[in-house]
Amino acid sequence: MAEIKVDCTGETCPIPLVETRKALRKAKEGDIVEVTGTHPASKKEIPMAVKALGLELIDVQEEGGMWKIKIRK
Amino acid sequence: MAGKVTIIVHSGDMDKVYSAFIVANGALAMGMEASLFFTFWGLQRLKKGELEKGPLSKMNMLGLGKWMVKRRMKKAGAASLERLLQDFHELGGKILACDMTMQIMGIKKEDLRDDLISDYCAVGTYIDEAKDSTITLFI
Repeated sequence: MAEIKVDCTGETCPIPLVETRKALRKAKEGDIVEVTGTHPASKKEIPMAVKALGLELIDVQEEGGMWKIKIRK
Repeated sequence: MAGKVTIIVHSGDMDKVYSAFIVANGALAMGMEASLFFTFWGLQRLKKGELEKGPLSKMNMLGLGKWMVKRRMKKAGAASLERLLQDFHELGGKILACDMTMQIMGIKKEDLRDDLISDYCAVGTYIDEAKDSTITLFI
């Protein structure tokens, strides 16, 4: 079980969503994908994508405009 | 895969091609399928070296407006059309090229980015794609 980190700091629409998807496609079942970023809407939309993909949202955190989202495939 | 998006990319304007790719990539990212049907001015953008060459749909001002918008996009961290196209391709999006446009405008297969194009086709293929789509747009 691997932990994959995706850094989308400074990226805007649609890159955080797309990079999350790319990482999730490459991940194996059980792997954790951790995405960090600063684009405000992506903090809401990545969890929407996780739901649409039927995956597990483990955690969403934000500190000082920087968010971190953890997903299990 | 939950649903599908099919978009007719009729415009070759930079901002409109951005809209098409952003919507399509968003759909792919959320687990949907996506097909882009490039026709008329849109198809010009699939010629080799032409992807980023479209004018701004409004206030292009002989390219000055486009230059200003591109500069602001860069500052905002917006991706290039090339990156969006590569992501679209990597996530399994399908690109269709209108063969009638090719005939009318004298565009040959070798003028286009053939490696990225899934099929050269006509309205029947668009309808076939669109009839099963949950979202279809004309841009």
